[in-house]
Amino acid sequence: MPSVAEIFKTMDYGPAPESDAEARAWLAKHGGKFGHFVNGAWTKSGSTFDVIDPSTNTSLAKVTQGTQKDVDAAVAAARKAFSKWSKLTPHARARHLYALARMVQKHARLFAVIESMDNGKPIRETRDLDIPLVARHFYHHAGWAQLFATEFAGYAPLGVVGQIIPWNFPLLMLAWKVAPALAAGNTVVLKPAEFTPLSALLFAELAYEAGLPPGVLNIITGDGKTGAAMVEHKDIDKIAFTGSTDVGKIIRKATAGSGKKLSLELGGKSPFIVYEDADLDSVVEGVVDAIWFNQGQVCCAGSRLLVQEGVHDTLMAKIRARMEKLRVGKPLDKAVDMGAIVAPEQLDRITKLVAQGKAEGAEMWQPSWSVPKNGCFYPPTLFTNVEPASTIAQVEIFGPVLVAMSFRTPEESVALANNTPFGLAASVWTENINLALDIAPKIKAGVVWVNATNLFDAAAGFGGYRESGFGREGGREGMYEYCRWEMGDGRGGATATKKAASPLTSPISPLPSIDRTPKLFIGGKQARPDSGYSRVIVGPKGARVGEVGEGNRKDLRNAVEAAHAAAKSWSKSTAHLRAQILYYIGENLDARGDEFAARLRAMTGATAAQARAEVDASIARLFTYAAWADKYDGAVHNVPIRGVALQMNEPIGVVAVVAPDESPLLGFISTVAPLLATGNAVVAVPSEVHPLSATDLYTVLESSDVPDGVVNIVTGAKDVLAKTLAEHDDVEAIWYWGSKDGKKAVELASAGNMKRTWCHSAVRDWQVELPAREYLREATQVKNIWVPYGE
Amino acid sequence: MADGGVMRDAGGGKPGTAHGGLARNPGQPLDLDRVRSLRVNRSAVERRAATIPTRRTVKKEWQAAWLLKAITLMDLTTLSGDDTAGNVRRLCAKARNPLRDDIVRALGAESLDVKTGAVCVYHQWVSTAVAALEGSGVPVAAVSTGFPAGLSPFEQRLAEIPASVKAGAQEIDIVITRAHVLTGDWQALYDEVKAFRAACGDAHIKAILATGELATLSNVARASWVAMQAGADFIKTSTGKEGTNATLPVSLVMVRQIREYEAATGFKVGYKPAGGIRTAKQALDYLLLMKEELGDRWLQPDLFRFGASALLTDIERQLEHFVTGRYAAAHRQPMP
Repeated sequence: MPSVAEIFKTMDYGPAPESDAEARAWLAKHGGKFGHFVNGAWTKSGSTFDVIDPSTNTSLAKVTQGTQKDVDAAVAAARKAFSKWSKLTPHARARHLYALARMVQKHARLFAVIESMDNGKPIRETRDLDIPLVARHFYHHAGWAQLFATEFAGYAPLGVVGQIIPWNFPLLMLAWKVAPALAAGNTVVLKPAEFTPLSALLFAELAYEAGLPPGVLNIITGDGKTGAAMVEHKDIDKIAFTGSTDVGKIIRKATAGSGKKLSLELGGKSPFIVYEDADLDSVVEGVVDAIWFNQGQVCCAGSRLLVQEGVHDTLMAKIRARMEKLRVGKPLDKAVDMGAIVAPEQLDRITKLVAQGKAEGAEMWQPSWSVPKNGCFYPPTLFTNVEPASTIAQVEIFGPVLVAMSFRTPEESVALANNTPFGLAASVWTENINLALDIAPKIKAGVVWVNATNLFDAAAGFGGYRESGFGREGGREGMYEYCRWEMGDGRGGATATKKAASPLTSPISPLPSIDRTPKLFIGGKQARPDSGYSRVIVGPKGARVGEVGEGNRKDLRNAVEAAHAAAKSWSKSTAHLRAQILYYIGENLDARGDEFAARLRAMTGATAAQARAEVDASIARLFTYAAWADKYDGAVHNVPIRGVALQMNEPIGVVAVVAPDESPLLGFISTVAPLLATGNAVVAVPSEVHPLSATDLYTVLESSDVPDGVVNIVTGAKDVLAKTLAEHDDVEAIWYWGSKDGKKAVELASAGNMKRTWCHSAVRDWQVELPAREYLREATQVKNIWVPYGE
Repeated sequence: MADGGVMRDAGGGKPGTAHGGLARNPGQPLDLDRVRSLRVNRSAVERRAATIPTRRTVKKEWQAAWLLKAITLMDLTTLSGDDTAGNVRRLCAKARNPLRDDIVRALGAESLDVKTGAVCVYHQWVSTAVAALEGSGVPVAAVSTGFPAGLSPFEQRLAEIPASVKAGAQEIDIVITRAHVLTGDWQALYDEVKAFRAACGDAHIKAILATGELATLSNVARASWVAMQAGADFIKTSTGKEGTNATLPVSLVMVRQIREYEAATGFKVGYKPAGGIRTAKQALDYLLLMKEELGDRWLQPDLFRFGASALLTDIERQLEHFVTGRYAAAHRQPMP
């Protein structure tokens, strides 16, 4: 060890170790071996695997590989606990969550040390960021528990929730998932990542000591096979998953048609956009926080640096100088910026992708110093001369690797930013508020930070667009993921889809008439179906009441293209204008009310009164969503910074609607109107058996100032068309009402681009007033824009 | 690990040899475009400043060595209306012998000849201090130019400088006219500092920006840049008399301008935070800031000083604690 006098001359840094004594004592107390934590007790350890400290590649403990039987036991315990837990008063649940927050704070350092040892991340991060945020999440959700009965009136907990969390923020991801689940009255079976199970086990043990009833929170350790057992478990009501997009797609497919609610927080390749007027020195620190935080193993890491050409070289020089000063070392050293990569597998992946980046011609730069030899360490890495076509510009590396590209104009920056299947987060750096607030809404991402990066808080929802998943964690928007509307929407009963009569066997109407076979409605024009076929529509007694075009996949392709062309300006139109158009549709429908009522009678056999009532309800519903158009406001979240987090409810884009068979007019209007009100463009497939009310709407839409392409209607075989729409990579969400099989097929196919789905196989009474906010929420996605301020 | 490859042969590191071996900043023509284009994002600066003390720390021997270093970087200061020859001499005695001998020996630091970087007084007490420090190598710094507000007639403010130099001051801490900054009159600010620099001759000039009165961090950046272009050897935060004195965010902005200035001109300018730095922990935070943002070269007295009066006693206590393992008392350290 150098002497004081020697250090005086060099002014070097020395070691600054955080003690691991308490953490090791806890591991020793358990004999270095853990079972699962189920029903308030440890199970006997079974077949075990080692938990590795990646900074030394030595074993910290052994944990049990969860079997189907283990998962069954945990789900049974959670189910048993649910009846009591969900019936606790909100205040009682609030007390429990409050106790968990206090528990985390009381044991903050133990959690911080365990997390650092297990994951390899620096103690500074677990101590200053992860663990305080964990406590904050439980405090915030203690509040939601307290307010649940009033703020979520009409909502009920889902039941038993299965949660599968990643290794990059083990305890924080537990908090993001467990806190809202428990606050809403659910019970939980949680599986931590196999690389990093220790903090979850510690949490469960201490939560039980803090008075959480047995069975409310159960921890099962294991690998992907254990996770699969949860995903496929019949008695789990919801799966919440954070992890890779690949696994997210597997889960989406596995749960298709199962009725399980799903929220997925997946990968990202988030843009970090720097305009020429930004404070470049602050940008450099932003880059450090974006990509060298947690060794870059952050789903929302700002891994794609987009720099305006004029400042590109200056910024790169500054970043390289800064990288030279980063310190990589032992995770428990209090003076390092980066610790170890989580596991050898991950280190391999990073190494391979970097090699590929070099092979593809990008220029790699790393600091002059070298990282520790033993253990999973990787240096901060910068790639320049990267093209959007490069592999490293497209795939999520999940390591300390930054790829930089330049752009010329703000417009080009948006195009590059959105040139990705992902849409999790973005950073925008400029001193010009006009530019910042112009760009933020244009970026397809669930979170946008202005002149900042990686800011998180329990009050602001976090989650992605596109293949970054769906659902939000945090804030009011996150609570909805853990409860369901259970009041008065007339749900229930099995599907009552009738088979359309075959064109060949249908009787012919006795009266000759002028042919009025409707075409399809695409891009504001009535277009002949590509197939050249029509299908016969029959009334209740089998008499032919008309024909409609037989739409096929090409018609849908055209409809989606028309919808995209329209969506651009429709999404930016004022809410007032959208309201006016919805009112106008209602007005024109009213003028032709008798005709629509007659059509309903002919198609469905409804009585005159019933048919008239459906028309009137349809007009009322149009008024309801016209009313909502300029009232479905976002929010300003109270986040703990000097600044604001603006919650914007953005349209999803192009949404497909496969409309219900019951109430063919009202069901169609009730599903399309909320999408229009919120600024989406729609491709709608009307009821297969009763489509004529929808095709009659063509001329209503044409005369109501609906812009071309905002509503597209393709008639035909429901489940065939639904599948094509669900598979379409440029359809951003799909709503489906129909059969169980159809629902399953849609959910299965949606995994292709991870589009949001909202599928229903139960008949509802559309006359009952809808919980409009449910429909509006499904029609929008929340973007939180963080704007720190202060001159 | 990374130290940025900066030079360690800090020959100018000895107290009293300010700017030894360092090319003195001659100043540059005023570049108004550059000054006006400077932008500082306050929230981002505050976030970075907040993590400087949390991303780095020094413990045990390293902490002791760094605290010893901090002593050598200290402008031991008294700037009170009730200063007398007596308390100035006492301060100078402390500057010569900042640490108890038993602590120096226990640290094995005898060979380091630790003294403070300078003693800083009003003009009235310059000759007293020079006499008291004779032979020690510790220079005397004088606050000047109508300190602290800088609002007396320009000719009088200017005349203070040669008077203090004549009395033996080797360093002159000047104050700027804050109004020039607040009204964006960068030419007037440039002319003022340039005139002060010329009046200093061979004495080194530290430009006090009084950042607590400049309203915004962007103004701090612009004033720093103008002062350096006008030929300042050091830029300094505060007189110690403003409502807000040295802070880490303000310091971060100023040292970043120093870095930019060196990149643009090749000349190294020194930095002096002053006012409110009272604890050993704070001193370490500033050393971390300098090492991280500017590099090791800025950990030597010719490029970095603390303006402080109470700081030394706290450092002495921490060093005694390091040596004995017992918490120390202020009254057991010789009073400055």
